[in-house]
Amino acid sequence: MPKQQANWSPYDNNGGTCVAIAGADYCVIAADTRMSTGYSILTRDYSKIIQLADKSVMASSGFQADVRALQKVLAARHLLYQHQHNKQMSCPAMAQLLSNTLYFKRFFPYYSFNVLGGLDSEGKCKGKGCVFTYDAVGSYERVGYSAQGSGATLITPFLDNQLKSPSPLLLPAKDAVTPLSEIEAIDLVKTCFASATERDIYTGDKVEMLVLNASGIRQEFMELRKD
Amino acid sequence: MSRFEESAPARGGFSYDLCKRNEMLMQKGLKPSSYLKTGTTIVGLVFQDGVILGADTRATEGPIVADKNCEKIHYMAPNIYCCGAGTAADTEAVTDMVSSQLKLHRFHTGRESRVVTALTLLKSHLFSYQGHVSAALVLGGVDVTGPHLHTIYPHGSTDTLPFATMGSGSLAAMAIFESKYREGLTRDEGVKLVAEAICSGIFNDLGSGSNVDVCVITKGKREYLRNYMLPNPRTYVSEKGYSFSKKTEVLLTKITPLRELVEVIEGGDAMEE
Repeated sequence: MPKQQANWSPYDNNGGTCVAIAGADYCVIAADTRMSTGYSILTRDYSKIIQLADKSVMASSGFQADVRALQKVLAARHLLYQHQHNKQMSCPAMAQLLSNTLYFKRFFPYYSFNVLGGLDSEGKCKGKGCVFTYDAVGSYERVGYSAQGSGATLITPFLDNQLKSPSPLLLPAKDAVTPLSEIEAIDLVKTCFASATERDIYTGDKVEMLVLNASGIRQEFMELRKD
Repeated sequence: MSRFEESAPARGGFSYDLCKRNEMLMQKGLKPSSYLKTGTTIVGLVFQDGVILGADTRATEGPIVADKNCEKIHYMAPNIYCCGAGTAADTEAVTDMVSSQLKLHRFHTGRESRVVTALTLLKSHLFSYQGHVSAALVLGGVDVTGPHLHTIYPHGSTDTLPFATMGSGSLAAMAIFESKYREGLTRDEGVKLVAEAICSGIFNDLGSGSNVDVCVITKGKREYLRNYMLPNPRTYVSEKGYSFSKKTEVLLTKITPLRELVEVIEGGDAMEE
């Protein structure tokens, strides 16, 4: 008898797009707030962003049940870290933790496409923006900007054109952060989402933007097309 | 040469020669190419003086919007219009074809076309292709026998209804119709209801979007209201705009002069054999 395929999948795709941009002294993380399944909208008001630590914020698109489970695991691990080390996790440390957590489930992955954004807190790089981008099983890289989710293919070429991050393979290591000001970066993010919404059916409703800088975290919302 | 003639379809229609090979490729993991579907909301209703048709304007290719403002209400005859959902190429082709056939028929008979004529032509065409022509239509018009509204399914079955919806957004639109439709609506009430049903599809169905097109057909007159409503303007336009630098790098400039063509005439006239 030929091999039978399962007619049931444990995964679903709830759509959505996430973007993060790192600046010299700030970091912008944004995600749309639409949650969908198939051709239907489940809700127009769902946050895909979570603040994991003082200076680390994660945005994830994909299967929101897996995303929620992943967020809980990371939050628990961070609490443990705080008890053991008497300090908050730095963004690069959180980045490594996220990678390990994802790889732990290498053979039944979290269907979660993440971008981690925050401010570096070590030595020379103190206060600089950092963005880490992941695949579903934990492969990660520090970059100057990243987009994930259904609208990523529409946004990434535009960001490549406007920001052009240097390759991390270059020696000496070139700075990945963009020279743009905070206001310009937010304008760029808004333009990206407005444009992605025009052409991607899974992106829309509202975009939630979190801006991390030396003075703390600021949250901004912008309306998007609802069709 | 004879090989090519063999593989062309003999009497028109589909050639199924590649089906076995496609099956084999799909089993090996090749994904079939997606065609442009209209992933749509189309509606029609009968009101006291005639019929009103409505449609959204989004055409999708999988999860991407291919056309933000396409036309889904097709002309069939001066008194008959047809909304199409399904594969865009199929709805265009089938409505154009039947529209031409109706015109010839009008010349032949010297009379205005009847909706049932368009209906029969469409359904027999679709049935003969056994559902492979993926066109789901809402046909409406007013002729000598009165106003008519029909739905036509890809396999060739039809329904005659006072109000109808088709496409991926049909459930969202039908919810509005079932709550608010009544017989003997006036023109303004009818147009408002159709626009509301299409909007329901636009906002609740991801396969439908952008603008509302409406077509009102009454005895002796039709009004094609293209982009009757534009409920989805672009939400953000950056004030300063963005520039794209001309990233062309000159690697090497080499000028090769064209060689001068010199004609050598070996004695005698050049034109002589």
